[in-house]
Amino acid sequence: MKTILEYQEQFKKKEITPLGLLENCLENINPSLNAYITVTGEFAKRELKKNNKEGKLKGIPIAIKDNINIKGIPTTCASNVLKGFVPPFSATVIERIEKNGGIFTGKTNLDEFGMGSSTERSFYGPTKNPFDPTKVPGGSSGGSAVAVASGSAVISLGSDTGGSVRQPASYCGLVGLKPTYGRVSRYGLVAFASSLDQIGIIGRNAEDVGIMLEVIAGYDPKDSTSYEKEVEDYSNLNEIPKDIKIGIPEEYFKQIDPEVHSSVMEIKSKIEKEGIYFKSVSLPTTGYIIPTYQVISYAEASSNLARYDGVRYGLRKEGEDFHDTIRKSRDKGFLPEVKRRILVGTFVLSSEAIAEYYERADLIRRLITQEFNEVFKEVDYLLTPATPTPAFPIGERTDDPIRMHVPDRMTAGVNLAGLPAVVAPAGMVGKLPIGYQIIGKPFDEKGILSVVRLVEKVAPFKGFLKEIQDG
Amino acid sequence: MAEYKPTIGIEVHAQLKTASKLFCGCPVGFGDQANSNVCSVCLGLPGVLPSLNKKAVKLAVKAGLALGCKIHTKSIFARKNYFYPDLPKGYQITQYRFPIATDGKILVEGKEIRIKRVHLEEESAKSIHEQDKSLIDYNRSGIPLIEIVTEPDIDSPDIAVAYLKTLRKILQLENISGAVMARAEFRCEPNISVSKEEGVLGTRTEVKNLNSFKAVKKSLIYEVKRQIGILRAGGEIAQATIHYSEETGKTWEARTKEESSDYRYFPEPDLPPLVINEEWIDEIKSTVGELPEKKKERYMELGIGQVDAKIISNSAKVASLLEETLKIINEPIEISKWILRDYMSLGEPEVPAENFANMIKMVIDGKISRNAGAEVLKEMAETKKTPEQIVKEKNLIQISDRGALEKVLLEVFDENPDELTRLKEGEKKLIGFFVGQVMKKTKGKADPKEVSRLISEYEEKY
Repeated sequence: MKTILEYQEQFKKKEITPLGLLENCLENINPSLNAYITVTGEFAKRELKKNNKEGKLKGIPIAIKDNINIKGIPTTCASNVLKGFVPPFSATVIERIEKNGGIFTGKTNLDEFGMGSSTERSFYGPTKNPFDPTKVPGGSSGGSAVAVASGSAVISLGSDTGGSVRQPASYCGLVGLKPTYGRVSRYGLVAFASSLDQIGIIGRNAEDVGIMLEVIAGYDPKDSTSYEKEVEDYSNLNEIPKDIKIGIPEEYFKQIDPEVHSSVMEIKSKIEKEGIYFKSVSLPTTGYIIPTYQVISYAEASSNLARYDGVRYGLRKEGEDFHDTIRKSRDKGFLPEVKRRILVGTFVLSSEAIAEYYERADLIRRLITQEFNEVFKEVDYLLTPATPTPAFPIGERTDDPIRMHVPDRMTAGVNLAGLPAVVAPAGMVGKLPIGYQIIGKPFDEKGILSVVRLVEKVAPFKGFLKEIQDG
Repeated sequence: MAEYKPTIGIEVHAQLKTASKLFCGCPVGFGDQANSNVCSVCLGLPGVLPSLNKKAVKLAVKAGLALGCKIHTKSIFARKNYFYPDLPKGYQITQYRFPIATDGKILVEGKEIRIKRVHLEEESAKSIHEQDKSLIDYNRSGIPLIEIVTEPDIDSPDIAVAYLKTLRKILQLENISGAVMARAEFRCEPNISVSKEEGVLGTRTEVKNLNSFKAVKKSLIYEVKRQIGILRAGGEIAQATIHYSEETGKTWEARTKEESSDYRYFPEPDLPPLVINEEWIDEIKSTVGELPEKKKERYMELGIGQVDAKIISNSAKVASLLEETLKIINEPIEISKWILRDYMSLGEPEVPAENFANMIKMVIDGKISRNAGAEVLKEMAETKKTPEQIVKEKNLIQISDRGALEKVLLEVFDENPDELTRLKEGEKKLIGFFVGQVMKKTKGKADPKEVSRLISEYEEKY
């Protein structure tokens, strides 16, 4: 397995060309895993011939979740409702990657509009976990995780609304970063829940993820919720963190698989030996995370998805009048889970329910945020499991939305509070990888990646698949 | 039996005078080719985000200040959700619970109308219905608007129209909105109820689709009658949206409120709270002029007649000339006369207040005649020369020297022996004749007062 810097060293020594690396990646695409909705290999080859841009990502093949716009390439969001839609503009993150010489292998599969934890609820069929194709890869950025885990991309972008980057990273043995809300521009990311969405990165190691963050982070005038804050050298992680305290929130260790528990505890004991101090802390509002997350994300989704009406683009089913056309187009366009969330979201914002649901959830969200803030006065980071279990079997939870949401308990609190968090491999449970999560203070992406880097040094993950070990 | 009295409140949507739209850089134009001023943002394509136009915020703050409102340093955008083909995102970005300005008031014909709120919002697109199809022009989609809502302080259709005229004037004078009704830059939606009891409000209806002040007045008169008619007949008013037809002059119920949508307002997550600092508000405040109604009152206190004061106060340019001239010569009545009689009939040209003041001063001091003053003003407007230059060049200095005038007068007497005889016989009106002759002979430079005094002296001698 090579890092971005190692590939670029190889380019310099002419041991491999960017085109050669791209071709290797494209060969690694395994159609049975269904990681991609659109493969853009030819487009990438043309770009490579046309542009010879120098930059931090020069010649690096990158997979992009299919809810992030690349100009001229269809964006589907894994939904039939966007049938035929080709965006006339690129997301800010895409422009920044292109400026830094990165190239795109394709648009990856997801749960429709990012709504799911398994990448099964896609109009284009489920994506499969490369470690065990009977298991889900996690979601909703399952395609982006599988692309990296199976060696068809060196690194990928996903989006994380409640854990959609971190949970698949955990199920696929990768490093998944959700930056602080506002650290990365959302312009060009198709919105699911605007106040929670953040573009995230899935890579094989902390340094690669740091390099990608250096490229995509920073203020964007097109996104009013992005921050005017300096972009740090997120890939410079070799300074071993000293005098830091990591909190272990007890609530995050309840109702989890014992193997998950022991894997995370093993990480703890390994870095404890490096002089890091651990402390037990409590986050009593943890139990409210899932309902709060559901109410807020569904409410925002009901509004964000209102634009798919068949009037201007995408699927259109003619009706008797315009309202009927909108109704029919949406009925044929969306899968049941998205419809369920739109319905619930519409309800929680209705005048009779808003006080009981949306406004209450907003209040609890503030309490959850406050609680994190308080804990971060005592400790610098939090260590938690990434998911309560390893990847679950395909089909197991598709009819049970409540159970499908269970993994969100570990990850969605971070979105509600706008914090940065990273998931990285803790080990294997059987043949399935399992991850741990480091949560940090706002804008401390460098800190959390440094902790991951430390773990990589003292407890290197050995579970990578053959394809990428050879790569 | 007590009479039914109407209570009216009005919502106005005014288009802000910006170059670009509220949340994107698309130009704001009128009459441009359909769907030519559009981009991914105002078409609501997947992945776009709004970026707020600062100029629009400034104009909204200015409107709030001009309407005597409290400006809120923190206001919040909200989404108003409903499906309609001309609404590309499926929601309109507006302000709901926390508008940019509240609690203002303006004076309309001496009556105070309270302004409940002023808020920023985006315009929807325009639907065009043709025989068998509907088309949409998104050029209007995302144009910046302010909504201005009054308290129900208006008690007659006449005051309603007077309020709208005053409001429109303010928006135009302050350069906040072009407010041209024919271009949909200024749209009004009055709501109206009638009641017999003081302090008790009846059920209200909202009148839509009003494209002129005439329509506002006619529809309100009709709607008041309609409501009273229903109540007298023992019926009840349904809370409803009322449409008005300019052709028939009648109103009818379009839909009752029970069927109206639940807009599911919630804070717009794509825009942080709008925070405006006090310094900026002060800066904007310094650009806001006095309201015309207030100005008028102040001018009347200076002794200017009501009609004159109103005319002057209604034009920012003219009012400013008065104010600037007053700073140089404290002759309000004289200045107002010059403005109304001469300056405005020249088409309100660009004339520096200093020159204008100096010209008037020369007339008051008797250095030049009134007629010469008018000539100087005309010349000033055309050539930008100072009055001193013009007077010198045209040799307009008034002859007030007794000796010189007497000489001319005697010549005139000699040339008109018959008239002189009649004057001697006591025909007073001939004084004017002789003044005129002297003026003619001196090419308007004689001081007519002095001439007429000389004639009177002569008359007494005989």
